[in-house]
Amino acid sequence: MTETETETETGTPGPGPGSGSGPGADTGAGAGRSGVSWRARVGRRLGSRGAAFWYFVGPFLAGLVMFTYVPVAWSAFLSFFDARNTVTPAAEDFVGFANFASMLTDANFLRSLWTFTLFAAIIVPVTFAASLGLALAVNRVRVARAFFRSVFFLPFACSYVLASLVWKMSIFTGVHYGLVNTVLGWFGVGPIAWLNGNDPPWFWLVIATLRLWIQCGFYMILFIAALQQIPEHLYEAAYVDGAKPGRQTFWHITLPGLRATSVAVLMLVLIQAYQAFDEFWNLLPNSGNVPYGRTPLVYLFHTSLGTVQDLGRGSAGALILALLIALVTLFQGKVLGFGKPEGR
Amino acid sequence: MVAAGVKGRRRPVGYRPGAGSAASRAANLVGLSLLAAVFLVPFYLIVRNALATTEEITAPGWMWFPSSPAWSNVAELFNDPKVPMGRSLWNSAVVGVLTTVGTLFLCSTAGYGLARISHRHANKIFYAILATLMVPSAITFVPSFVLVSSLGWVSDLRGLIIPPLFNGFVAFLCRQYFLSFPRELEEAARVDGLGYWGAFWRIVMPNSKGFMAAMAVITFVTSWNAFLWPLVIGRSPDSWTVQVALSTFLTSQSINLPQLFTAAAVAILPLVFVFLFLQRYLVQGVAQTGLKG
Repeated sequence: MTETETETETGTPGPGPGSGSGPGADTGAGAGRSGVSWRARVGRRLGSRGAAFWYFVGPFLAGLVMFTYVPVAWSAFLSFFDARNTVTPAAEDFVGFANFASMLTDANFLRSLWTFTLFAAIIVPVTFAASLGLALAVNRVRVARAFFRSVFFLPFACSYVLASLVWKMSIFTGVHYGLVNTVLGWFGVGPIAWLNGNDPPWFWLVIATLRLWIQCGFYMILFIAALQQIPEHLYEAAYVDGAKPGRQTFWHITLPGLRATSVAVLMLVLIQAYQAFDEFWNLLPNSGNVPYGRTPLVYLFHTSLGTVQDLGRGSAGALILALLIALVTLFQGKVLGFGKPEGR
Repeated sequence: MVAAGVKGRRRPVGYRPGAGSAASRAANLVGLSLLAAVFLVPFYLIVRNALATTEEITAPGWMWFPSSPAWSNVAELFNDPKVPMGRSLWNSAVVGVLTTVGTLFLCSTAGYGLARISHRHANKIFYAILATLMVPSAITFVPSFVLVSSLGWVSDLRGLIIPPLFNGFVAFLCRQYFLSFPRELEEAARVDGLGYWGAFWRIVMPNSKGFMAAMAVITFVTSWNAFLWPLVIGRSPDSWTVQVALSTFLTSQSINLPQLFTAAAVAILPLVFVFLFLQRYLVQGVAQTGLKG
């Protein structure tokens, strides 16, 4: 860190001729500096490689430190304090690990982790299978391939808020004029209150179909890109070897060829699911603050930015969640062999 | 020997993903068409409800399309004092454009510096950027709120625009892209007397339009559709983005259905244009995004 600072100083022109650089830092470039004007020296320094590096990278780095590293450090600091409605707690508010203990024994927080687990168990395999299936079908079709790709990708333009609006107010409306209830009505089934309560938990159907609709096309694009990387001669060789088309070539050529992409898609879907917030907030009653469908982020939002802004417990919860994501990602990466090259 | 025999024949049917018997191809086409119709249903519902009256939407039988489209819904939406729709659209546009321009500027220069200007700290900085990708951005909303509120940027567009500018992911993608940029072009520029800055703006950027467009489209779509951060920052209606306005509208007690869907149609319109005209770049950007995993 001190090294970085020294370098930054030598890279930026100082206020006066003498104070711009420390005597040690500039020995290489500053030979014969006494006779050269300030302007010429600044000009030369701006043209040098070290200076160029800093005016390319410096602004971004400063912002990254300011808006990512500082907040994370500050939050870690707050997690050890009783920081209700304040971001600068006094020394006597130090509570040690009490916030972590409180979050880890908080039935609501633990239940939100369970809600997430349930959500992931539904959405991860379904999204994976659906996007792979779409990619295979679109890649196989010979007419209007670009049209199909566009149609399946178009929902990605919609925000979760917008989709929640359509799902809640038109498709899965709990009264007779909702689309699904209308269709059910044609078969003599009475209207179902999709989003009202946990018994039976119909809301999972609403939430899962919504996320599937938005995400599937995105992952389909990734799979199509990967499918086109599989060399055609492998299929020809399989033909020569007498492999049966369809199932055999799928399991022995297509799927192994998609391994790296499959792993990436599984991890992306899971990480996205961890951060689910928008649709739960907008679909469920009371801004998602209901025990049966409260995701970790919704709970953290209500904890740290609700009526009581408990930033200490909120920060502790955020750190626990971040740690959990890191562990699961590492574990999944180990199991699935993330980062290995495409192919067998 | 065998391979030579295959070469002369027709392509082996059914082995490539694009092949199959005529019947199975037809089934594939029909299935895809049905699915495509299902995928378009939500868009149809937005248009149908936006142009209908409340009575038509809630009528006992299903109405396929309003017999006389109620275009007046649009005027009513913008004249409704309870919903700051015009203001929130403007906020989203300002935030989207400034975020995109700023992100591209900061991330492309940083990416170029890390890829092309050798420096003893370059690797350390690169790993510092990579580390931020491991921290899911949504998890940092509590600490970021703490910082932004101490800067006094709550309910202020600065709080919406500035923190997302320093996007480690875009910087990472830019670095990877510039690593594979042909060095000969830059060397020619250096021979012509351009410094790093001149070479970057006059030679490298003009030759990277496709990549930059892909990054721009992805950044703009993400910014336009963001909800959690604008919700955290937008405490007063003056600073709502269009997503926050939609959400408030949706979760409020009294709901005017046609107006709600008109608002949805207005909110999606800019992105439909982006998708129609810039889809090539978007697909390219998505494919690039996926490379990271």
